[in-house]
Amino acid sequence: MSTSFILRRLGYGLLLMLGVVVLNFLLIRLAPGDPAVVIAGEMGGATEEMLESIREEYGLNKPVLVQLWIYVSGVAQGNLGESFFFNQPVSKLIAQRIGPTILLVISAQLLSILIGVFLGVIAARKPNGLMSGFVTVFATIGYAVPVFWTGIMLIILFASALPIFPVEGMQSVKLRDAPFFTQAVDVAHHLVLPAFTLAIIYLAQYARLSRASMLEVLGSDYIRTARAKGASERSVLFRHALRNAALPILTVAGLQFGNLISGALLVETVFNWPGMGRLAFESILRRDYPTIMGVLFFASAMVVVANLLTDISYRWADPRLRGRS
Amino acid sequence: MSDMTDYKAESPAREAWRMFRRNVPALAGVLILGIIVLLTLYGQFFYAGDAFDVVWAPHEPPGATAEYPLGTDYLGRDIIAGLLTGGGPTLAVGAVAAAITMVIGITLGALAGFYGGWVDNLLMRITEFFQVLPALLFAMVLVTLFSPSLWTIAIAIGVVSWPQTARLTRAEFFKIKELEYVTAARAIGARNKRIIWTVILPNAMPPLIVSATLTIGVAILFEAGLSFLGLGDPNVMSWGLMIGANREYILDAWWPVTFPGLAIFFTVFAVSLIGDGLNDAFNPKLRER
Repeated sequence: MSTSFILRRLGYGLLLMLGVVVLNFLLIRLAPGDPAVVIAGEMGGATEEMLESIREEYGLNKPVLVQLWIYVSGVAQGNLGESFFFNQPVSKLIAQRIGPTILLVISAQLLSILIGVFLGVIAARKPNGLMSGFVTVFATIGYAVPVFWTGIMLIILFASALPIFPVEGMQSVKLRDAPFFTQAVDVAHHLVLPAFTLAIIYLAQYARLSRASMLEVLGSDYIRTARAKGASERSVLFRHALRNAALPILTVAGLQFGNLISGALLVETVFNWPGMGRLAFESILRRDYPTIMGVLFFASAMVVVANLLTDISYRWADPRLRGRS
Repeated sequence: MSDMTDYKAESPAREAWRMFRRNVPALAGVLILGIIVLLTLYGQFFYAGDAFDVVWAPHEPPGATAEYPLGTDYLGRDIIAGLLTGGGPTLAVGAVAAAITMVIGITLGALAGFYGGWVDNLLMRITEFFQVLPALLFAMVLVTLFSPSLWTIAIAIGVVSWPQTARLTRAEFFKIKELEYVTAARAIGARNKRIIWTVILPNAMPPLIVSATLTIGVAILFEAGLSFLGLGDPNVMSWGLMIGANREYILDAWWPVTFPGLAIFFTVFAVSLIGDGLNDAFNPKLRER
């Protein structure tokens, strides 16, 4: 794979991030009211001195373009502003919260792709069979259930009727000082319900997509060749067909990432998962705009990185694309 | 000679309707959605009661009193009244948001697909930019900054969800603008504006109609999510608001969140059955997928 391709995609990603920063800036200015009051947070009951220091820091008395420059160069140096609710730099707040979100989102993504693709492949073997019908129905249902409601239903089920999974938080308080391995198991235990809740919607979509994609591939000549030379059914399905059917799945997985983050926001709120989504929710309730804007920035950055990885893996998975730019 | 008429080509719309009519899941979708719409429009007339009124003891379970068959919420408000009045705003926001999504998406997609070149380049970069922003988060920010009302919510959902429609429209325009009837229209002197809106767009409609239907479903889920997070209009009862308001008490009472959730589910489920049915009807060849 050419380095220039990766560098170009990287440059483009940075450009998109610059766009997000400018958007953040514009949003605060477009909001009704004094930007200094907006930044301080309407719930904060900011004093006149505080507002004055915000005006000073953000250069709010200067021309708009100068303000933009101050803001953009600040972000470029890692300064996302100060949360007036927490009295902490936003970047620090997010640094504490981004790990749990990444853990949740990646687990959900892996769960949904693995199970979804597996179901889709099985279903594609018999396009009119029972499994196919199940996948189609399940996909339509999975698409229509509000993700936060699934989470709540699971909490109701697992809190009292079947108390085998924790329904809240990421860690047990009593295990805070336990050895690393015990803690990791504890976190994984807490992760089951949130990750599964988030995975359900996408799982259904991957199942449906991979079924369609497999059906298309299974009709091609090289599959007949593989069968003719005596390859086992499993080898035909998973080695010959799935490798070729995987491209659309990969594309969707990349595109889906933004939605996954949106879903994580709701799931974190339902399960009190201490991630960025939960932080965004809390900050919105407090009108803590610097924090909200910081979350928007980092969440977008995660999507940009995911897109970049998709582009790269796409080229890796499809040799036809490699020499091209 | 008279049976010649039997072989007359069927118009695509009529053919699609014939296919749709035979599609049982799609018809079930129409039926479910029809019932839900009728209930939300007229339910309040034969089932009196304000959704915000406290009518009974809090957390009365379903079936315990004949007067309030689905029970009451944490304040003692009637769940059925909430479901009946809460459906209207949810559906209205869904429909308006989907309309906004389609208008933005089709306009930008059509311009990009028709003109190509730098117009396409610019518009697609903007589209990609909007796809990078996590939609729900962006919608939350918009709604909070511009204060929650049904209109800001609908507009926010529209503003965050158009990119997919734009891409779809663009792809259709790319395909159709090369076809002969477009060349023919150009030959008789039709201007770009007319070619875009009256020649290409009508022919690009089938996939866009499917997409519009599915967009309504997505918009309803969005509205529910926003209300659940407490970003709905607090003065308007909606299904999402019911779930959000009762969320703290789910371990004491399952019903105040379960029923509105089911209502959302059935609505979106019906809409997506209809969308799938339309998709099959417009693309008979793809039906086996």
